[in-house]
Amino acid sequence: MAEQKVELFARRLDRGVQQAVHSNSAAGTEKRYTVLGKDYSAPDDLRRLAGQIRQHAIEHLDTYLEQAEQSLKRQGAHVHYAVTAEDACRAVSDILQKAGAKKVVKSKSMISEEIHLNDHLGSVGIESVETDLGEYIIQIDGDHPSHIVKPIIHKNRRDIAKSFEREGLGDYNDDPETITRRARVFMRDKYLQADAGITGANFVSAETGRLVLVTNEGNSRFCLAAPKIHIALVGIEKVIPSDAELAVLLNLLGRSATGQQLTVYTEFINGPARTDRPSGPQEMHVIFVDNQRSQILASDCREILRCIRCGACLNVCPVYRQASGHAYRSVYPGPVGAVLSPLLAGKNFKQLADLPKASSLCGACNEVCPVDIPIPDLLLKLRNRGHEEHAPSPGTPPMGAFAKLASSPMLWRFAMKSNKVMNLVPLEKLPLPYLQPWLKTRTLPEWRGGEFRSWMKDRRKK
Amino acid sequence: MTQSPSRPTGRTVQLMATCLCDAFFDDVAKATVEVLEHAGCEVEFPENQTCCGQPAFNCGDWPASREVMRHTTRVFEGDKPVIVPSGSCAAMLFHGAPLEFEKEKDLPTVQKLASRTWELADFLVNGLGIEKWPGRFPARIAFHRACHTRGTGSGEAALKLLESIDGLEVIPFGEAEQCCGFGGTFSVSFPHVSSSMGCLKLEHMTAANPDFIVSGDMSCLMHLGGLADRGGQPVKTLHFVQILQSALHRHG
Repeated sequence: MAEQKVELFARRLDRGVQQAVHSNSAAGTEKRYTVLGKDYSAPDDLRRLAGQIRQHAIEHLDTYLEQAEQSLKRQGAHVHYAVTAEDACRAVSDILQKAGAKKVVKSKSMISEEIHLNDHLGSVGIESVETDLGEYIIQIDGDHPSHIVKPIIHKNRRDIAKSFEREGLGDYNDDPETITRRARVFMRDKYLQADAGITGANFVSAETGRLVLVTNEGNSRFCLAAPKIHIALVGIEKVIPSDAELAVLLNLLGRSATGQQLTVYTEFINGPARTDRPSGPQEMHVIFVDNQRSQILASDCREILRCIRCGACLNVCPVYRQASGHAYRSVYPGPVGAVLSPLLAGKNFKQLADLPKASSLCGACNEVCPVDIPIPDLLLKLRNRGHEEHAPSPGTPPMGAFAKLASSPMLWRFAMKSNKVMNLVPLEKLPLPYLQPWLKTRTLPEWRGGEFRSWMKDRRKK
Repeated sequence: MTQSPSRPTGRTVQLMATCLCDAFFDDVAKATVEVLEHAGCEVEFPENQTCCGQPAFNCGDWPASREVMRHTTRVFEGDKPVIVPSGSCAAMLFHGAPLEFEKEKDLPTVQKLASRTWELADFLVNGLGIEKWPGRFPARIAFHRACHTRGTGSGEAALKLLESIDGLEVIPFGEAEQCCGFGGTFSVSFPHVSSSMGCLKLEHMTAANPDFIVSGDMSCLMHLGGLADRGGQPVKTLHFVQILQSALHRHG
């Protein structure tokens, strides 16, 4: 029988990688729990409030997006809109080519991964260097992030030391501090040489046009220190009504993502340099990227647009811990990815329609989500959509016969009793394709169909 | 999880035994009847009941699941509390069904059943107001809070009752918030991931050296027990209602 792709990936996954992903994720979950519990008496109330704030923002996105555009322009920024991933890539390269820019430095941004920006820039002859250490390692390895916040969760320091040696960043040395120092030295030159800095945005305030960036390495600040041009790629759903909501959202973001009360760097960017504010890039461009988000907003899965990319759902997810991020074959792995990735695939939904099935629906993701996204409900809705669109789903038993049986009490009672024959035959030899995967690792208890019903009847007679 | 704030608490109740108890675990269904009766309830068992439709719901075949759910709403007509000795099947009635009927004309019928549904421990503690369970059960248990009780009062309610039993000790274990890996048809369509999750759960639980592994969902216990059994290191599993029943018998 054909196998589910996530299952196959998990089964073949290197044990060392699986254990690294598991222990790292589990530690993240633990840290989040401790820090939130220490600082707030009712963290769940705060999560629900944040969920309402984000839901409000996306449900009034038409208003807030326009308002954000006006505010950003007032601050002196240029605002662009990109409908597709290709549009977004082209918008970036157009700005760069117009300015004669050849070299850019990038801070970590999931949306740039989503639109495959580095590949595009490479194809038009622009050098783009990832400055977040994890992302840089991914870049030199030609690899893909396997976690939203910890992109190299699947690598160990020996792998990284080998990559650095290969790239001419010194002799083999797997001491984390040495690796970091070498990266810093390398990056300093890149920052100084760059013509432009590219960032994402964690939030954009519609009221003020303030763009908020959080990092732990300070690399986004460096990306905006020397270069003349700042390009920010922003998913349209990142807009929030005003600065006031940041009090709730930033307090939850750091704690949920890394168990930090606040990330080491939180930047508030109010447009490009001006005479009264001389530091920073001369030119600022904000590119609002749709890339299927309007379709998601129109669908019954719009709650996923609340996501603030903290990665807490990945950390807590037992399936993610077994399968690792690459099993999801997309930029966003884990529970959020299992919802978001097939939706972002648009017309190619069916190609990723297996992802929502890769879940035991345990609901731990919803329990840790800082914006209270009902992820299990969304997974279920997408399973239904996959079924409606006849997406292939190996190993999923057909349910038509079950429904007939379970809607007919007579047939049901008969099946309950007659199945007792199962106790007399070696189950392992039965040609039942959906029973065998169970029996391979698990025994089945004795069939006792109908026993309770007769006990109940006798009891009533007494 | 959506749960109605004003669920009925009368003492004439309808039991939904669940298909797993119907097929495998008659002991658990019997214990549920005895425990409810001890709590002063009259237990009705609508004989035409089958299944809550969750297997089809989780597979994405919502039309098939709705067919089963429509049957279930007809079987459990009326206003009495519907009691389910499974967090998972209860959640299907009060949360899953309204979700799959969101765009259906008969949503109100399904919502009505949803608003009468109680998971067993939740009903005993939060419905009937029982704070303490009589009797004795001298054992150390590892309690697995089944996942479908997240966001409900069930897990806490079961623990409250268990911890009040004389001689019983609930012992902590690692990564307690993690799923056992059953997940319905997930267990057969992702057998490796499902079994790996289960083995990890068993590792954490058995490291605490309990006399029994206890839960409020027979599906979790069937999976964990089956894994341990196949692995050659069987564990003893019990539904919490079996402990409540057993404690009564040792009451004197």
